[in-house]
Amino acid sequence: MSVLLNKNTKVLVQGITGSEGSFHAGQMLEYNTQLVAGVTPGKGGQTFNGSVPVFNTVREAVAATGANASVIFVPPPFAADAIMEAAEAGLELIVCITEGIPAGDMVSVYDYLKDKNTHLVGPNCPGVISPGIGKMGIMPAFIHKEGHVGVISRSGTLTYEAVGQLTARGIGQSTCIGIGGDPVIGTRFIDALKLFNEDDDTHAVVMIGEIGGTAEEEAAEWIKENFKKPVVGFIAGQTAPPGRRMGHAGAIISGGQGTARDKMAVMEAAGIHVCKSPADIGKTMESVLKK
Amino acid sequence: MNIHEYQAKEILKKYNVPVPQGYPAFSVDEAVEAAKKLPTEVCVVKAQIHAGGRGKGGGVKIAKTKAEVKDLAEQILGMNLVTHQTGPQGKVVHKLLVEQGVDIARELYLGMVLDRGSSQFVMMASTEGGVEIEKVAAETPDKILKVWIDPGVGLQPFQARQLAFGLGMEGKQVGKAVKFMMALYKAFMANDCSLAEINPLVVTGDGDVLALDAKINFDDSALYRHPEITELRDLDEEDPLEVEASKYNLNYIKLDGNVGCMVNGAGLAMGTMDIIKLAGGEPANFLDVGGGANVETVRNGFKIILGDPNVKAILINIFGGIVRCDRVAQGVIEAVKTIDVNVPVVVRLEGTNAKEASVLLKESGMDFIVASTIEDAAEKVVGAIK
Repeated sequence: MSVLLNKNTKVLVQGITGSEGSFHAGQMLEYNTQLVAGVTPGKGGQTFNGSVPVFNTVREAVAATGANASVIFVPPPFAADAIMEAAEAGLELIVCITEGIPAGDMVSVYDYLKDKNTHLVGPNCPGVISPGIGKMGIMPAFIHKEGHVGVISRSGTLTYEAVGQLTARGIGQSTCIGIGGDPVIGTRFIDALKLFNEDDDTHAVVMIGEIGGTAEEEAAEWIKENFKKPVVGFIAGQTAPPGRRMGHAGAIISGGQGTARDKMAVMEAAGIHVCKSPADIGKTMESVLKK
Repeated sequence: MNIHEYQAKEILKKYNVPVPQGYPAFSVDEAVEAAKKLPTEVCVVKAQIHAGGRGKGGGVKIAKTKAEVKDLAEQILGMNLVTHQTGPQGKVVHKLLVEQGVDIARELYLGMVLDRGSSQFVMMASTEGGVEIEKVAAETPDKILKVWIDPGVGLQPFQARQLAFGLGMEGKQVGKAVKFMMALYKAFMANDCSLAEINPLVVTGDGDVLALDAKINFDDSALYRHPEITELRDLDEEDPLEVEASKYNLNYIKLDGNVGCMVNGAGLAMGTMDIIKLAGGEPANFLDVGGGANVETVRNGFKIILGDPNVKAILINIFGGIVRCDRVAQGVIEAVKTIDVNVPVVVRLEGTNAKEASVLLKESGMDFIVASTIEDAAEKVVGAIK
């Protein structure tokens, strides 16, 4: 099976008429994702790709199509609003791809979502894919393979690298979740780990973190107490200087906090199989699964 | 984005955060003129660079009389100021802030920052002013008082009172401190700051509460709605290659090593730096060329990397997902044709059409070293230097 994205997930795309949105909506369709609607304010009544109806509001799209999940490709100034619109319409899963949303906007969004029954993934992430079922995001589908390893990552292309290594060894994935590289995100490592813990078809997890914040440390503590499956981990940014933002808004060592060394030490102490090299993720998972 | 202390204080003043009277000066003459306008005979001459620890490094001097300002300004302007935050190479001082002297009774700390754990902004105060707050946090964390700010209603006066009383304030000081904190909160939110630090926050002999120093950072993602803040950027404070890269919309950070790298995606770029180090090399930079990686971005990437004279070899690591590797290879070949690349170039392209790409590179007639895996690429690029 899978987590978050399954056979009952009916996807709508917010920002489907934009260049990013339309391209990736096309790719999602090609991967046989159940894409049922698009939303672009002012473009209601059009159709996308000859078959997907476009609506002015998320509420209209939900009422007409029964969509229960959304992927957001809306530019940064309007993305926070788009997330809240999707949550208000009752969508269970919202994946926000947009990079560059002001942190202050996300603080408000995080607060708004507290009493909603919604899983937000991202922002600033590649999205979610359950191989063989569908994808909500921008990841290249062909590198994935159906299987039993869950992947959780703060990165995009580094996740593809890890997935590529798994697939090359014949190790398939249940679901890959890009949780995003921003300081304020919806789904954190622990939230994703809880989902994989309950999923019988996930036998092990790859966890890819990076410098900045303490989410990996908190996840490691949680894993030690609660997680029933083996975890392979990697932390990017072992050579990153302090005080500099390494591309991702959240990838910064500040006030001595968030170094790769600290994260790796806490993860190792929690029994996670930590790779020093990003080249060893597939290899390490292979040996862990053989045990 | 960082700004100078004098700019931070100008912003704070607009929001009625009390700051000492002072004026920026870009020359010795201006410093002398600035001192004439100040209400006190004692003046403070402060180097303006984007780094902390200026006092210890000799960048902050007190003039007992206005007449001394000239000498001190001459000493500090143009000096190479080395602090624990500048690195050993230091930073040249181009600007000064000349301020009135302040009668200091107490030195405290006040700061505001995003707390990632709670996804809320937090205001922090401490009686340990004037020293590095990281040190206080590590050694005596109970000396840092915190209030978390509910995004729905914002900072409330009762929270500010908690901090003020927690700092041991009494009588009229409490009201003044609360007003200060509410004003700082307003300034922070209105300008999309990512960090504000008043260290020290001082109580004067007369019982006034004043921002003796001020550091403000802004959320880069929110600069689009603050054009007036973008104008405060000081290119003198940034690495020239980083300034150049930002013109091309490239995400580049210069490091000290000699292996240049060009990668798509921030996480993979960091991972590539890490594996270069594991293979025995030292990365010369972080460079994320983004998802596109076309001829133009690759060409600009080469220009920036080669602008660093330490670079002895370059590793290009692209994981082609949506972007096809043969297109990227074409881009690399075109780019190398138009600029003089005089160091070995190792190329590793993985993902969509990777095989076609490696054929293109091999048949291009150029001396690319083609690598298959990320590990292979790191070993080859480090080997190319030795």
